[in-house]
Amino acid sequence: MIEVISEARCIDCAICVDVCPTNVFDADSRGRPSIARQSDCQTCFLCEAHCPTDALFVAPLSGPAPEDSPLRDEEALAREGRFGEYRGWIGWGHGRSPGSRADRNQVFTLRLRALPPPEPVVPEQEGPRP
Amino acid sequence: MTDAPLEIETDVLVAEGGPAGTWAALRAADAGADVVLVDKGWCGASGATAAAGTGVWYVEPDPDTREAAMASREALGGYLADRGWMARVLDETYAGMNEFAERGRYPFPVDDEGRQIRRGVQGPEYMRRMRMLVRRAGVRILDHSPLLELLTDADGAVVGAVGQRRQAGGDYRVRAGAVVLATGGCAFASGALGTHVDTGDGTLAAAEVGAHLSGMEFSNAYAIAPAHSSVTKTAYYSYASFYRADGTVLEGAGSTRGRSVIARTLLSEPVLARLDHAGPAEREAMRRGQPNFFLAFDRAGIDPFTDRFPITLLAEGTVRGTGGIALASTACDTDVPGLYAAGDTATREYICGGFTGGGSHNAAWALSSGSWAGCAAARYARTATDRHRVATGAGGAGLRPTGTGRLAAREVIREVQGQVLPYDLNYLRHGDRLWPALEKLHGLWREARDGLVDDDPWRAREAAAMTATARWMYTAALARDESRGMHKREDRPGLDPAWHQRLDVGGLDEPWTRTAALEVAA
Repeated sequence: MIEVISEARCIDCAICVDVCPTNVFDADSRGRPSIARQSDCQTCFLCEAHCPTDALFVAPLSGPAPEDSPLRDEEALAREGRFGEYRGWIGWGHGRSPGSRADRNQVFTLRLRALPPPEPVVPEQEGPRP
Repeated sequence: MTDAPLEIETDVLVAEGGPAGTWAALRAADAGADVVLVDKGWCGASGATAAAGTGVWYVEPDPDTREAAMASREALGGYLADRGWMARVLDETYAGMNEFAERGRYPFPVDDEGRQIRRGVQGPEYMRRMRMLVRRAGVRILDHSPLLELLTDADGAVVGAVGQRRQAGGDYRVRAGAVVLATGGCAFASGALGTHVDTGDGTLAAAEVGAHLSGMEFSNAYAIAPAHSSVTKTAYYSYASFYRADGTVLEGAGSTRGRSVIARTLLSEPVLARLDHAGPAEREAMRRGQPNFFLAFDRAGIDPFTDRFPITLLAEGTVRGTGGIALASTACDTDVPGLYAAGDTATREYICGGFTGGGSHNAAWALSSGSWAGCAAARYARTATDRHRVATGAGGAGLRPTGTGRLAAREVIREVQGQVLPYDLNYLRHGDRLWPALEKLHGLWREARDGLVDDDPWRAREAAAMTATARWMYTAALARDESRGMHKREDRPGLDPAWHQRLDVGGLDEPWTRTAALEVAA
């Protein structure tokens, strides 16, 4: 779930308020976002992806992080390079190139086709309809 | 809501802006229609695709390659798919992805010879560019605007919709020549990646105006995820070994063949996984393929290649199941004049049969059915000249109480989840367990009809839609008195050749089923 909005990095653009598909954030009159409905967060990481200043951190947990968790500690997260980490991978932001160019998903699609499929219930002899 | 509703008139209204909805909006606008797209969240971030990476059923138009592609899942799907539909989807997807490469300038990877590989897309990049294309085509987008109900005229034709503006406040009321529902499948808020908005809202709205569904027995898809996380990417677990808590190997467990072993074990004890069959090249490719897969591990201090970590199975309902609104033809029209359905909202049996459409098939289906629905809706809207006929809201449960409700929407959702998420009810199916579950769901439906005591209207509609979807699922699962495709009944383990047909389901207060011939005009 979304855990941290970095006060220092946030520029009050409120893009996160717009893009969150489950409407987790509210903005005040200046545009400064706050986490208003954390329980609606679906941990999709898309607010992080769209934040132009790498100011957001989504913890990997489906539920809220405990009070004293390092996943809520901005300084510790910054030291580990967590802010902007996802944007780096997908290549969004100034000076980055699209991560999709390096996509290798097709490797796994081909592998799946080559693997034994799940047990079909239908015997082959039933066959396709004419 | 006391604010006056936002009133809009348009040719085509598209509900939801995932892949199917954006393709529908784009094609309708290309055809010269005025288009409004409403999204429950934010078009570009909503739905199962935006958060994930997905293969696309993009197959070169070589006859042998196409033949192999069509044949590959026919047995798994219980021979309920249709070659005519498959061929058309392959054509449309091939053309659509090629167009997207040019018009959307999607940064596809390239092969050794410098050719773009168009067999997959990354969700965030794909949907960001689809939003851009839709806006450039002049489509008006209302974000954070969940659909509440459809509007019909005196003849029963769909003439628009009403919804809620969560951020702007108040309602909207769109009068439209035609409506395309692209509201996704229903994953029952299970926590599976990106599916919180997929609660069956459009399916309920369609049933309320008389549309029927098909394939709802094929609704029990479950995906592997780390137990702490939302991130589903079952394909990567083809590199996994599965373990019990004491470190011994869980025999027979697997990501494809053997997922039911995992489900059965999870009923009584934890299951752990480790991606120990992935070499250095695969590890790097996985990171590049879906970076957010690793956020779930890196940020939890887990190395999935060397550490054993607890896993869970998250329900994906009809998102990666195949059931949905039945279509009359490849125009994606429904039983109801003016109403079209696309993407996961519609049944994908035509190309998947009873097997999952997860990944490349669903992506191809979203593009194809969205495109067809958008074109057909634009065409139909031209014939619907009178936009000022009296229109009536068709919404029932969650909107118009018939009595004095006692349950809260969130409570109904929790109760529905209690009947559809457990593996021993929905995944490992048995008539003796399905009947009581369905009875409980009927009770919840009566409560929801009676009235829900709190919450925003959109939340109440989510609760009603999940309840309705769950009832159609289990009604169909009990009617199909055999095992076929992903629908496997422990009490009916074999295939019954007499059931080599599709199963329609519909109805609100009294769900019904009927068998249906396999042929639908392609």
